[in-house]
Amino acid sequence: MFKWLDPYAKPETLYRICGLWFPWLMTAAVVTLLLGTVWGLAFTPADYQQGDSYRIIHIHVPSAIWSMGAYSSMAIAALIALVWQVKAAQWAVGAIAPIGAVFTVIALFTGAAWGKPMWGTWWVWDARLTSELILLFLYLGVIALSGAFADRQTGAKASALLAIVGVVNLPIIHFSVEWWNTLHQGATITKFAKPSIDASMLWPLLISILAFGLWLAALTCLRLKTAILQNEQHRPWVRQLAASAVKEG
Amino acid sequence: MVMFKAAFVREWRLLARQKADWLNPLMFFLIVLTLFPLGIGAKPNLLAEIAPGIIWIAALLSVLLGAERLFKDDFRQGVLEQLVAAEQPLLAYVLAKIVSSWCSTALPLLLMSPLIALLLGLDSAAWLAVLLTLLLGTPLLNLLAALGAALTLSADKGGILLALLILPLYIPLLIFASAAVDQASLGLDYSGQLAVLSAMLCLALALVPLAVLKALKLNVG
Repeated sequence: MFKWLDPYAKPETLYRICGLWFPWLMTAAVVTLLLGTVWGLAFTPADYQQGDSYRIIHIHVPSAIWSMGAYSSMAIAALIALVWQVKAAQWAVGAIAPIGAVFTVIALFTGAAWGKPMWGTWWVWDARLTSELILLFLYLGVIALSGAFADRQTGAKASALLAIVGVVNLPIIHFSVEWWNTLHQGATITKFAKPSIDASMLWPLLISILAFGLWLAALTCLRLKTAILQNEQHRPWVRQLAASAVKEG
Repeated sequence: MVMFKAAFVREWRLLARQKADWLNPLMFFLIVLTLFPLGIGAKPNLLAEIAPGIIWIAALLSVLLGAERLFKDDFRQGVLEQLVAAEQPLLAYVLAKIVSSWCSTALPLLLMSPLIALLLGLDSAAWLAVLLTLLLGTPLLNLLAALGAALTLSADKGGILLALLILPLYIPLLIFASAAVDQASLGLDYSGQLAVLSAMLCLALALVPLAVLKALKLNVG
């Protein structure tokens, strides 16, 4: 499999692939995002108990899911970077971290905004909330560590290692609602059981989840492109690219 | 094993000569503990109630304070580089570092705990719970602190960064330790929390030294 994957790890090839994918991913993300949020926020029926405030689920749940999804993909990239010494994977770690951090902030903020009218408080020290907050700290730690070294290479590797260590937090977040008696409710959508949400609300939610995933992928492509250019700026192919861009521009 | 013994003996010799390295975190621990009653005001009931939390946070900070020096001198003086270059078993060195740092920073805390319990007005049941959680928890503190120290070894502003990286990882430990002490103060069984703490310790003991090893090699380059 690595023989097959190896050519894609070459920065130049990866740069072109990211450039090729970005417009498609971004278009798909914008379309699904609009569809999911407009449908979810404006056209689904109101909840019989929570009224309109439940609608924040269409932003809260996708961002929370992908805050963890981004972390796992970052950790996988980090593992590849450390085990097989793939430089592009190292840059991917740095590319994903800020996006994941923003998703985590969105999840925490929308959760708090929903918690105020529903639970009567912005914040409780509940297992799910606390572990999500730790996730934010882990993201910030990865970002801070990668910028802390005079040698950029060491920073990238050190932050990759930290990202792998932080994976212990993911199952804690996921199972926190089952392990502890928390104020945060259990999972609404599960793979095996019938979802505890009506189909009219489920569809826009699923679309939003897809949209956030596409958005994450698109932004990662964009940031990875920038990272490749930054790290390879002395290579001939980047110089050629810059020269042709100047000529055109 | 030979390497472990040699590194361990060397570590103790260093500690005996540089007493500030392990005495300062201990003094810091005691001073933080005395600040709390002064800051809160002398309310014995309130103090006894929050004492376990105070002890835990003070212990956590003092371990962190002592962590920065862990590999710093060896890195600056080139000892680490020589160890890597000589292809000596670095794992033995790492383990010796962690064990001796536990003995020098955390063990004195455990020994001082009866005194601290007296100062903060803890009863003996709560003290026992604090002692047991510290016994299981402090090795974990040292392990993670060593990881932080190794990761930030050649970073520009290592000290504060070390705290930022490692404190979030301490949170689960703090949660279970304080839950155990809470149960104990209510007179309930807290063996479940202790089991979770031991499980976390076992996991960390198996994996963290390897991560420390990797981080050291990264920084030596």
